[in-house]
Amino acid sequence: MDSLLILVPAALTLGLLALAAFLWALRNGQYDDPDGAAGRILFDDDDE
Amino acid sequence: MTDAALFALPAPVPAVQVCVHCGESIRGADDSLFCCAGCASAHAIIGAAGLGSFYRRLEEKHAHRPVPLDTEFASYARPAGTGETELDLLVEGLDCPACVWLLESLLARNPAITRARAHLSTRRLSLRWRGPASDADGHVGLVAALGFRPAPYDVVAVAADDDREARELLRSLAVAGFAAANVMLLSVAVWSGHDGSMGDATRTLFHWLSAAIALPAVAYAGRPFFRSAVAALRAGRTNMDVPISIGVTLACVVSLHEARVGEQHAYFDSAITLLFFLLIGRYLDRRARGRARHAVRALLALTSRSATVVMADGTVASRRVDRLVPGDSLLVQAGERVGADGVVSHGRSALDAALISGESVPVSVEPGAKVFAGMVNLGVPIRVRVTATGERTLLSEIVRLVEAAERGRSRFVAIADRVARAYAPVVHVTALLTFLGWMLLGGLAWDRALLIATAVLIITCPCALALAVPVVQVVASTRLLRSGVLLLSPTVLERMASVDHVVLDKTGTLTLGRPELVDSSGDGQALRIAASLAAHSRHPLAQALVRAVPDAAALEGVIEHPGQGLRHGDVRLGSARFCGIANREDDGRPELWLARPGAAPVRFAFADRLRPDAAEAVAALQREGLAVELLSGDRPAAVARAAAEAGVMQWRAETSPAGKAERLAALAAQGRRVLMVGDGLNDAPALAAAHASISPATAAEATQNAADVVFQGDALLAVVEILRVARRADRLVRQNLVLALLYNFSAVPLAILGAVTPLIAAVAMSSSSLLVIGNALRLAARAPRREVR
Repeated sequence: MDSLLILVPAALTLGLLALAAFLWALRNGQYDDPDGAAGRILFDDDDE
Repeated sequence: MTDAALFALPAPVPAVQVCVHCGESIRGADDSLFCCAGCASAHAIIGAAGLGSFYRRLEEKHAHRPVPLDTEFASYARPAGTGETELDLLVEGLDCPACVWLLESLLARNPAITRARAHLSTRRLSLRWRGPASDADGHVGLVAALGFRPAPYDVVAVAADDDREARELLRSLAVAGFAAANVMLLSVAVWSGHDGSMGDATRTLFHWLSAAIALPAVAYAGRPFFRSAVAALRAGRTNMDVPISIGVTLACVVSLHEARVGEQHAYFDSAITLLFFLLIGRYLDRRARGRARHAVRALLALTSRSATVVMADGTVASRRVDRLVPGDSLLVQAGERVGADGVVSHGRSALDAALISGESVPVSVEPGAKVFAGMVNLGVPIRVRVTATGERTLLSEIVRLVEAAERGRSRFVAIADRVARAYAPVVHVTALLTFLGWMLLGGLAWDRALLIATAVLIITCPCALALAVPVVQVVASTRLLRSGVLLLSPTVLERMASVDHVVLDKTGTLTLGRPELVDSSGDGQALRIAASLAAHSRHPLAQALVRAVPDAAALEGVIEHPGQGLRHGDVRLGSARFCGIANREDDGRPELWLARPGAAPVRFAFADRLRPDAAEAVAALQREGLAVELLSGDRPAAVARAAAEAGVMQWRAETSPAGKAERLAALAAQGRRVLMVGDGLNDAPALAAAHASISPATAAEATQNAADVVFQGDALLAVVEILRVARRADRLVRQNLVLALLYNFSAVPLAILGAVTPLIAAVAMSSSSLLVIGNALRLAARAPRREVR
């Protein structure tokens, strides 16, 4: 059962990190314009 | 098409040349690459900025033809500290990633602009620049010169509250999802350890861990439900959120006690998973409605214009309609909308009042005549002295009528709430009886009895029941959105499904609400010549001619005499006086004359024509067993003709706005469920008084606000489609409710007997939710047969 002492906190920490990342992205406005972001990645500053 | 636009090569079939910028076919025989000077200059701007690859990046889309800017934006800009100014724009035509790239890159070239960010989903452009607000028109002018149509974003931003709520739901959803997944991981371990392979201490540890994750998450993610439940209880009502809140709270409290005494079962996973499922439904529902509302506001923002004010010194300036004051003198050009209620001070003209009174024949005005905001000038430019703004306009009068009528309708209770009203007490009484029964008769300790009662609450906690309605609504509204139909009210599908009587407005609803060529005294040759002259004017009648002959080539060297007509050498197209015609018959219809040397003058008469599918739509409604009635503010003769053409038996003419609302009240008193379809300002009170209401996207702003549904496009069959979807959605909602209740009733005896473990609760809850969602998705599976857009 000793493994639980490492595995459970590890699982929770990873989950919390993902949650924090999602909330950060949400606050950062990254979900405001999903359609635009999808297209934006295709052309970046390569003016001719 | 695209290839020709990209490389300016002649198309393989050398029939049609298309404009390099906007891709429209070029009228005229010359070998120009552009259809108009606007497109040529847009192309030049893009080329000069070195962004020519825009056209390659457009893929199968096309840029838009530039139209002159007719709103002033400086008054919408707001200071943003340290000499900078901010402005948010709604940009029509911003519909592809290449457009985003073009706008942002081009604006970034201007060193004064410190921020230019375009949003594709909301079509919003945020601008920030160094300099005063008066620079706004220059920056916005550049956007317009490229073929985009900018409008102030303010009108749309009213929805900011919705946005915040959707965001809160999404955050709650994220928290609930995280917690549900982790608690479930722990719970699965506990369940698989029930055979004895897990020690008591480990199990208790896992329960405490679950509690540590679930309790804060429930407190956070449950807020939308708790708030709504408290609000309902305070108002002395109950809704679906009340049993949800009680069930979730009680499950948490009981599980805490179980963890404390080291018992086998804890329901933390049920509580948080329940919230997670419910939040998904609620978030999707909110987003679908938010998108519809955004689309409607965007439509309205694009039609809001500035008015041209004549200053004391004779100069003209453009000013926002909401900043006009009584006494201002407005210049209303041909084809323009009157910005405020007022009195004509100079000029005689004909005004289209269809949006105000529903009358299809233009009203003649002369100095001293009263005009109302929303009328369109069809003749010569006139001067209007503003007499009323804001509260005292005809518009606000109508808005008051609408509000009065809406108060009557707010009594409607959604089916989900009706079910909840009957269901919640039953559930709570059952749980209470279970508790008392096990304690008094079964001789269990209070906490054992409470555990079983909680299991009853969790099993009956209407997860599937609460998902049953929103999921169907999301699927239905997404499907309708795709065909250009926007649902604005949450209960509209339900109300729509029970409709048994349809009242149609004539002008703008049964008809297109714009003049179309109906009669010509000349041959096709004359029509073609007239159309090639008319291509140079934005006047509504001229544009109707162009619509009648879409492939006519535009002539070069046409001179427009504002308010009179167009001249090309000796050929004239315009009013009878402009063309020198003395004795003419007048049937009250708007007309244009074509005068050519050596040929008899030709008269073109215009009228508002029925929508192409009006008769078909009326027939379809009647086939569905609905009574169809026509209610119009127009003259009897015009209404009778339209009714006969569309196949409507019952009609009334010359009905006032209040009269329309009264007629609807009378129908309602007879027990009819009335669907009102209308577009005019005069229809707005009737729309609000009806059981359900639809208005076309061309309707007046107040009208769209009063309507439950707005549809885009020329097809009236959209109404039939909405009714069909509503009826199917209603059937699915009822099926879902029955499914959910059946599941509940079969699981409740098990729960009362104390046989439901957390594992069984989790399986039952998930499976019933999936069943309900799957049933709702059947509505999306049958794709719309016809795109309305």
